[in-house]
Amino acid sequence: MAQAQDKKTGAVMVVGGGVAGVQTALDLTELGFYVYLVEKSAAVGGAMAQLDKTFPTNDCSL
Amino acid sequence: MVEAGRSPNIEIISNADLLALDGKPGKFTATVQVRPRYIDAEACTACGLCTKYCPRHLVDSYNEGLAITRPIHIDYPQAVPATYYIDPSACLFLQHGTCQICVPVCRSRAIDFSQKPTDRKLAVGAVIMAPGFGRVPEEALTKYGYGKHQDVVTSIEFERLLNPSGPFKGEVRCISDQRHPHKIAFIQCVGSRDLGCDNGYCSSVCCMYAIKEAMVAKEHDPECEITIYYMDMRTQGKEFDAAQKRAEEHFGIKFVRAKVADVTPWDKGLKLTYATMDGSHGFTGYDMVVLSVGLDAPTDASKLANIGGFDLNSYDFCKTTTFAPLESSNPGVYVAGAFQGPKDIPESVTQASAVAGIATGMLRNQRGKGVILKSYPAENVAEGEVPRIGVWICHCGINISGVVDVPKVTDYAGEMADVVYFSDSLYSCSQDAQETIKEKIKEHKLNRVVIAACSPRTHEPLFQETLKDAGLNRSLFEMVNIRDHCSWVHANEPEAATRKSMDLVRMGVAKARHIKPLPEQTVPVTKSALIIGGGVAGMTAALTLADQGFPCTVVERQDKLGGQLQQMLYTLPGDDVPTFLKNLIDKVKKNKLIEVLTSAELVSTEGFVGNFASVVKVTRGKDIVEHTIDHGVILVATGGRPHTPEKVLGQELPKSDRIVTQQALEAQLAGKGKNRAPGSVVMIQCAGSRGDDLAYCSKTCCNEAVKNALKIKEINPAAQVIVLYREMRTYGYAEDAYRQAREQGVLFVPYTMDNKPLFSDKGKGVKVSYHDPILREDVELAPELLVLSVGLVPESTEELSKMLKIPVTADKFFLEAHVKLRPVELPVAGIFLAGLAHAPKPLDEIIVQAQAAAAKAAIPLVRGKVEVEPIVSHVDQDTCIGCGICVSLCPFQAIQMHKIDNKRKAETIAASCKACGICAAHCPTFAISMGGFTNEQINAQIHAFGLIEE
Ligand SMILES: Cc1cc2nc3c(=O)[nH]c(=O)nc-3n(C[C@H](O)[C@H](O)[C@H](O)COP(=O)(O)OP(=O)(O)OC[C@H]3O[C@@H](n4cnc5c(N)ncnc54)[C@H](O)[C@@H]3O)c2cc1C
Ligand code: SF4
Ligand code: SF4
Repeated sequence: MAQAQDKKTGAVMVVGGGVAGVQTALDLTELGFYVYLVEKSAAVGGAMAQLDKTFPTNDCSL
Repeated sequence: MVEAGRSPNIEIISNADLLALDGKPGKFTATVQVRPRYIDAEACTACGLCTKYCPRHLVDSYNEGLAITRPIHIDYPQAVPATYYIDPSACLFLQHGTCQICVPVCRSRAIDFSQKPTDRKLAVGAVIMAPGFGRVPEEALTKYGYGKHQDVVTSIEFERLLNPSGPFKGEVRCISDQRHPHKIAFIQCVGSRDLGCDNGYCSSVCCMYAIKEAMVAKEHDPECEITIYYMDMRTQGKEFDAAQKRAEEHFGIKFVRAKVADVTPWDKGLKLTYATMDGSHGFTGYDMVVLSVGLDAPTDASKLANIGGFDLNSYDFCKTTTFAPLESSNPGVYVAGAFQGPKDIPESVTQASAVAGIATGMLRNQRGKGVILKSYPAENVAEGEVPRIGVWICHCGINISGVVDVPKVTDYAGEMADVVYFSDSLYSCSQDAQETIKEKIKEHKLNRVVIAACSPRTHEPLFQETLKDAGLNRSLFEMVNIRDHCSWVHANEPEAATRKSMDLVRMGVAKARHIKPLPEQTVPVTKSALIIGGGVAGMTAALTLADQGFPCTVVERQDKLGGQLQQMLYTLPGDDVPTFLKNLIDKVKKNKLIEVLTSAELVSTEGFVGNFASVVKVTRGKDIVEHTIDHGVILVATGGRPHTPEKVLGQELPKSDRIVTQQALEAQLAGKGKNRAPGSVVMIQCAGSRGDDLAYCSKTCCNEAVKNALKIKEINPAAQVIVLYREMRTYGYAEDAYRQAREQGVLFVPYTMDNKPLFSDKGKGVKVSYHDPILREDVELAPELLVLSVGLVPESTEELSKMLKIPVTADKFFLEAHVKLRPVELPVAGIFLAGLAHAPKPLDEIIVQAQAAAAKAAIPLVRGKVEVEPIVSHVDQDTCIGCGICVSLCPFQAIQMHKIDNKRKAETIAASCKACGICAAHCPTFAISMGGFTNEQINAQIHAFGLIEE
């Protein structure tokens, strides 16, 4: 039961919502595009959300 | 994360799988199946009651199985989307048709077991694959006793142990009996550089994260002894060597170059047996062993590749090329992040920006057609209203509340005058906290908000956005940093930290009483770019910008384009560089949007983001012409050059034409001469780098050495090639070439700084003597060629640094705005950075970085306007006596004198002002005030500080 087609044009799909996917999505919107961010798990964040502090700056990973 | 959650132009489709992809670039149709969460996302308030009632236990995979959760749960409080979900594999109802306890428990009636998977068809112009990385195979772990001994943990599990929201609330404890470990060992290269588990590559990040984890563990417990067992410490990233030094010298972390044979139980702990380079064995007891696991390809990589129609490389990561690092084999399908190859966060972020740039360049005719413009409610606070202040005090999990008594600080805030609402908050940055803040602003008619949490550097924009959503001017916000300033720096003095938090909150509230809404200003943007440097970075950036439809001018000092790449003839994977370079130059020259100025130099730049005016001096024979160019952004790609060390390993080198650099050797090997591959060669790594002459690692020279060593062996298999190195930093896939070189008989011999190779004259040649730790012998050789891996230095960054007011590091590379989150931006708005001027790096990384910098530079050009921070200086014309001191002091030329009624008066150019405050501090009549930092506000803060109650 496929839903009606979303947005005809001006959209990009990003598969994976880790730090790479999320940053891509943000930059795509800044460059004037609508983004579908498709993530396998229940929340975005990927591995980075599991990390405590991250090098090189050691601030929190979210 | 939250930023993505609240963008009106990003729809997060979580709990979903890509099932099919059809169509072509510009016009794909993707079929995505959304699995049911069994919870209505709209209705769920993330209160967590359901998790409390759910009777079934479930191993918490977010906490790496080190904690227990319930089938109905949320992974972590700041998760986006902030909706709970039910794991169907463990839910009693979904498995056995019983229970359903949660349904009546949920007050919002959000639980809905009737949800079914739904398919959605998405029309998209391009697809970006960013599925990250997967876990290394079990056998890589079990060989070190993982699974058998509870206190052998992976580094990911160790991250969870260190984390305040982790299984022991941030305390590192042994899993077996919960004791605090006194001795911890890290084993490097687990599941990497190991053909035993089919992962021949180096994962590139584990050396650095092991150092990080070890340092954080030391901060938790300074008494704990930590040893890292490694083959090579690969800390080749910018400033990473410095971090290792700190780990060693400041934290006393031990580094032992040895291969670990096995880990077995021993008394109450573990025994780690290892073999050092010279073949001797040793063993040591530990309480805990951490396995530095590598990054593997995602488990469903081949499925994804099938659906997406693209190829994988031999390790199941996405296959790409040196010259187009983010393009998969299927046009229109791109890749970014760890799926492109193991990499850290700064590089993943860089790739993300780059891929956004190239995908939108391809789709530029569709730009703006699908977006929804965000609007904010009208601002409803007039000046002069009585302050109604709302205060939130953040726990930051236990990051703050582990030290600071947050409830006490909250109550204290509640007693202050004008505070009409106050509350603590577990994570004030979470998405639902933003909703609460908005609600409370409306409910209590708040007109000032104070949040005591972490750093405004990272979080102020988020909260300001929330204020705007609630109809408040974003300047009506004050942030108090009780994490960095209290819980972090006074971690061992909880009472003092609490008192200081109370002081800071009191001062914040005092200031908040005086804050005023500041008008938002925007300035139009000149839609073009100036690119300084016509090497591969500058040219790639120019093409990326041109693809976006924006004109640019490339300024190159030399008389032709190409830069350093002109000296590169082949890459480690064997790519033909001269052909690539020729095509690149042709493309740049043919592109109508790109103007190339060679033999040209930047003389001066004035202005600010969106409105720069630069003077460029062009030499044409005897004539010198000056061009003035208006442009909106600047991209710095001035590159670098091989270092010419005066001394190598502390020694004057004998004068001999048998001593050459890798670059010269490369030219020789690429030539036609019959005897171009010498019969005996000694290569000296880090000649000039890593503390010799330059403090840093030049990142590329290990690869160069392997590349040339292989070339010599290819031409002359009998040649004797010896590489004297400190650490072979052939990270990523280059590890394959390193292995291949060893297999082909290239001899790699490590040296240490205490036992360096020595050079001396030998007739026309040169003699090298060194210690071979494997043979345990001193060796003396007179090779046909002594080849120096000399490293890279940035090209004239200091000049440009002064001209553009952009900072450089101690090593003279430009310093980016934020290493992790803004890796291609400089701290001055509108100026971007790529290539060797940022740090040494190989060609593919330079290309990506240039694409990323161009994408970021395109953002203001796409918007067509820039917003000016409202915290700029303001001159009160009545008090100004026109002395002009401010004009002479302003480092940004942001103040000008005007004649008003025949009197000289100063005036700020808002868009140039960086709000440094120098002018305000020097004005003799206090006529200048800084928006957001007025004298009144600061005085109020200082007075509030004096009011110590006790
Ligand atoms: C123990 C450890 C510590 C580290 N510490 C640091 C550090 O301190 N600093 C640093 O810079 N780097 C560190 N790293 C590296 C860092 O984790 C990675 O660089 C980064 O996470 C890569 O981001 P990514 O977005 O490419 O991948 P990921 O973070 O893996 O994200 C991928 C996302 O895609 C989703 N996904 C996967 N497959 C699909 C699919 N088929 N469909 C839809 N979605 C999918 C996943 O669920 C996930 O959310 C560390 C790594 C480890 C293992
Ligand atoms: S050498 Fe490479 S694989 Fe081994 S631990 Fe260091 S980064 Fe990881
Ligand atoms: S030779 Fe170059 S890349 Fe290798 S470790 Fe030394 S400085 Fe780094």
